[in-house]
Amino acid sequence: MPNSQAYIYDAVRTPRSKGKADGSLHSVTPVCLIKSVLQALQERNHLDTHLVNDVILGCVTQVFEQGGCIAKAAALYAGYAQSVAGMTLNRFCASGLEAVNLAASNIISGYQDLIIAGGIESMGRVAMGSDGGAWMIDPDVLLKTHFVPQGISADLIATLRGYSRQDVDTFAVRSQLLAGQAISQGHFKKSVLPIRDMHGKIILQDDNYLRPQTTLETLAKLKPAFKDMGEKFGLNAMTRTKYPQVESINHVHHAGNSSGVVDGASGVLIGSQEMGQRMGIKPRAIIKSMALTATEPTIMLVGPAPASKKALAKAGMTVKDIDLVEINEAFASVVLNFVDDMKFDMDKVNVNGGAIALGHPLGATGAMLVGTVLDELERRGLATGLITLCVGGGMGIATIIERV
Amino acid sequence: MITVKMQDKIGIFTINVTNRPMNVINEEFLQALESVVAQYFQMENACAGYIFTSAREEFMVGADLDLLRHIEKVDDCLAITKRLHACFRQIEKSNKPVVACLAGSALGGGLELALACHFIVALAHEKVKIGLPEVSLGLIPGGGGTQRLPRMIGFEAALPIMLEGRPLSSSKAHELGIVTQLASSQEELLKKAKDLIAQHPQVQRPWDLPKYKIPGGGVQTPRAYQFFPVSCAMVVDKTWGNYPAAESLLKCVYEGLQLPFDLALKIEENYFAGLVVSPIAKNMQRTLFYSMNECKNGKSRPKLPVVQLKKIAVLGAGMMGAGIAYVSAKAGMQVVLKDIDVATAQKGKEYSQKILSKALAQGRSTSAEMETVLGRIEATDSTSSIHNCDLVIEAVIEDRNIKKLVTQESEKVISPDCIYSSNTSTLPITGLATYSKRPENFIGLHFFSPVDKMPLVEVILGEKTSPKALALCLDYIAQIGKTPIVVNDSRGFYTSRVFTSYITEGIAALIEGIAPAIIENAGKACGMPVGPLAVADEVSLDLIYHILKQTIADEGKDAVDQATFLLTEKFVTQLGRLGRKSGKGFYDYPVDDKKHLSPTLSQIYPLAESSDPVKDFEQMKLRLLSRQALESVRCLQEGVLRSVAEADVGSILGWGFPAYTGGTLSYIDYRGTERFIQDCQALEKRYGERFKVPSMLIEMQKEGRNFYA
Repeated sequence: MPNSQAYIYDAVRTPRSKGKADGSLHSVTPVCLIKSVLQALQERNHLDTHLVNDVILGCVTQVFEQGGCIAKAAALYAGYAQSVAGMTLNRFCASGLEAVNLAASNIISGYQDLIIAGGIESMGRVAMGSDGGAWMIDPDVLLKTHFVPQGISADLIATLRGYSRQDVDTFAVRSQLLAGQAISQGHFKKSVLPIRDMHGKIILQDDNYLRPQTTLETLAKLKPAFKDMGEKFGLNAMTRTKYPQVESINHVHHAGNSSGVVDGASGVLIGSQEMGQRMGIKPRAIIKSMALTATEPTIMLVGPAPASKKALAKAGMTVKDIDLVEINEAFASVVLNFVDDMKFDMDKVNVNGGAIALGHPLGATGAMLVGTVLDELERRGLATGLITLCVGGGMGIATIIERV
Repeated sequence: MITVKMQDKIGIFTINVTNRPMNVINEEFLQALESVVAQYFQMENACAGYIFTSAREEFMVGADLDLLRHIEKVDDCLAITKRLHACFRQIEKSNKPVVACLAGSALGGGLELALACHFIVALAHEKVKIGLPEVSLGLIPGGGGTQRLPRMIGFEAALPIMLEGRPLSSSKAHELGIVTQLASSQEELLKKAKDLIAQHPQVQRPWDLPKYKIPGGGVQTPRAYQFFPVSCAMVVDKTWGNYPAAESLLKCVYEGLQLPFDLALKIEENYFAGLVVSPIAKNMQRTLFYSMNECKNGKSRPKLPVVQLKKIAVLGAGMMGAGIAYVSAKAGMQVVLKDIDVATAQKGKEYSQKILSKALAQGRSTSAEMETVLGRIEATDSTSSIHNCDLVIEAVIEDRNIKKLVTQESEKVISPDCIYSSNTSTLPITGLATYSKRPENFIGLHFFSPVDKMPLVEVILGEKTSPKALALCLDYIAQIGKTPIVVNDSRGFYTSRVFTSYITEGIAALIEGIAPAIIENAGKACGMPVGPLAVADEVSLDLIYHILKQTIADEGKDAVDQATFLLTEKFVTQLGRLGRKSGKGFYDYPVDDKKHLSPTLSQIYPLAESSDPVKDFEQMKLRLLSRQALESVRCLQEGVLRSVAEADVGSILGWGFPAYTGGTLSYIDYRGTERFIQDCQALEKRYGERFKVPSMLIEMQKEGRNFYA
């Protein structure tokens, strides 16, 4: 029988650390990271895992250790009841939020009643792109769809909208500053769980990818990361017939103003109202509205605005009704473009920093942002949050939650 | 076709395609090969091995284009490639070793035959060229090359060879692993072949063995995940999606390498057939092979005895004159390079020195050759030096009065048989010939810059120009290895006139308020080498202004487009924007950075309201190509152009009109006469008379005729 609403009962995430051999979580297997998330949700909520119908996890690079439906593997590994199903989904960078949206839809439809939705990406152990994919490598598909790597898309946005290197770097500094403040003031304490080794010793307690000392000067030293790719290796040419008004792309993005490559996992406990009563837990928020769009795939990263507008319209809301926004900082120009388009007040956007400082574990981020905005709404006594991400292929995804 | 000889239990097959000027794969050869394979490759017990060699200078240089020319249906193409693959596979699967002996070039299908052998031995000599150049005629290798080459040397090495189409030396091919061994003489070639046979009594191609791995890895690897997107992007960067052959090559290799060999050949067959029947491949072959050869082989040449020129004079040692002197000296002629003083003439000679030094540094020449060539050029200020020349080429500045002076001065000295030509790019020859005592010896020879690279020479017949003058000039052009087109006299002749319309169309769009970036991208996107505004900057705006002023002086105000004239006047006289040479024109040319469109353009010519950039862009492409096509039709209709083939060859070779169209008139066939007329009528409505459809085209449409059958 359909349930009328889907509620968020809890949200946790691992800290994020550099997705490289010298990253703090590098020795932790992806399935172990999920185990920590699942066990934390179980402990915090005194959860009888027999009640959990499904673990739905976003994961983009589903090969090697992240292959073979890691969600189900992890559910078993974490000791959840064998009746708990598992599914791993890939909607590129939206995967974590898609998992949340899908969970909510399943609950609203009555298909399922209690789901853990989240994501996992150990980018240091399973590198982005290891899974290949026709869109990126099959010449027939590439040529037909004018595929370009996202960095080129981000630089194209900056060129079209006139964002200078200074503009994007200024935004990057903001992300670092606010993230640094958030961590030092303990804004994430409620939801970031420590990761321990097999003997229980803490490997990592807090996000440690960020560099809060970043300044415009330190960023100015970085060379544009996609310039050679675009100019020497011809990738800029793939954008020309769709954007003939561009004389040449102004390459402004680099590692310091793009989302960090990190390891991380997340989980959000989502269920029906009745399930909350059975569990004896009060819901923290309701999932008010969800939307998905797809836009021009070469510029790729302009999906958040149309998706957000769609979600707002579905909820009968306007920009003014949103108290806080979490938009994934895939690249600085993505956020600047979104804010300019939607005309959000910047003071509402990514108030605790974002992926430029903290990192973007591809399949996990969407669900992390749900927890991040929910914590901050509670901390400030506000009501409504919007979570949105740009996505490969030009997709856009948005979810609106409201505290209850 | 193929003679067979048994020697030391080795079957030696000598290829001689007697009904063709060079060894090519044609129907007769294919039948002969099928017969040889059927007969001898079954008798394996009788042979220790096989050798393929050639009776001619070259091994084999490709498929006979006549074999493909008239194929309109995919199935007809597949019927041929099936037979070819069957032959090659039988050769390849022979248990006894097969060696290809290359004493000369192996190109295209000829190389593919060699690749189907177990070993290739080649002469280490610069005349031996090894390559797969099919892409330059709109095709891909169709004899298994797209699948064998990457399986031999990896896709990373194989793809660039096929994408560029440029042949390699035999030594380079050996380095890459295509050629098994090099030999320094014919005897050694044969000996090495026999040794290989003796050393490998049983042999199989790697891909016919189980557990075969592609060298360097297959296409589902991290390396390939980088290589293919970048290769696709680089192809798009170069071709703007206008040349399907390069794209097919990438697809064909990507798909084929993931399959067992025989299945992979079917993939190649399909892509190959698709290209063979495609209009673009037919356009390119028609113009770049058939028509170009017609022009080079003197289709316009009067029936007079061939002249071997020994000595020429070049008047004016500027860039053009210097270049003309270079190519002539390189071709073995004595050259008198004259200017107003020795220093200037010497500077012109230094141009040749620079080119030769560069070739020397790159190992493409010897110091002996350099000395010989330079020794042929006499830099002088003395008119008397030109007295015993066969041909004079006047290349002074584009000023009627100076040309008059130079003509009359020269004629005091040259013999009555000497032909006098002018390299003017726009001034009508008949008018210039009035300054000559012997207008029957006066002719136009319009070269293109840079002379050492541009393959075209436009020959212009003045009213009185004699067949003798024409014949001598065509012989000269053949000696310097360039391709001629012959046109009748008029202002701007053919090439300058039509090329200028490309520039003025771009300028018109700028004045209307189309974004400059869109104009420039449209130019490149429709296949022109450079955007119209960039080209104007290269030609230089003061030259364009000067030409327009001269035209007004000669023919009145209405002979030029006023808006264009006013723009050039403003840019040249008010803004100091002459083009690249003054550091600014339509573009700004910063000293230490790339050029970019000047922001002042949109200040002077504000952007029009509209606008959908993509719509503007598509419209601009149509305008730029149609404008040039229309102007070419007018040239034909007015009798400036004497043939359709020369219009097409001249456009591609002269100013880089896109080869995929086959040329300015071929473009109309390619688009379809009716559709082209509709396009132009719509353009005329919107932009004016310059898009008016000439009556010749209307008649063609009525009668259902095309430029080509």
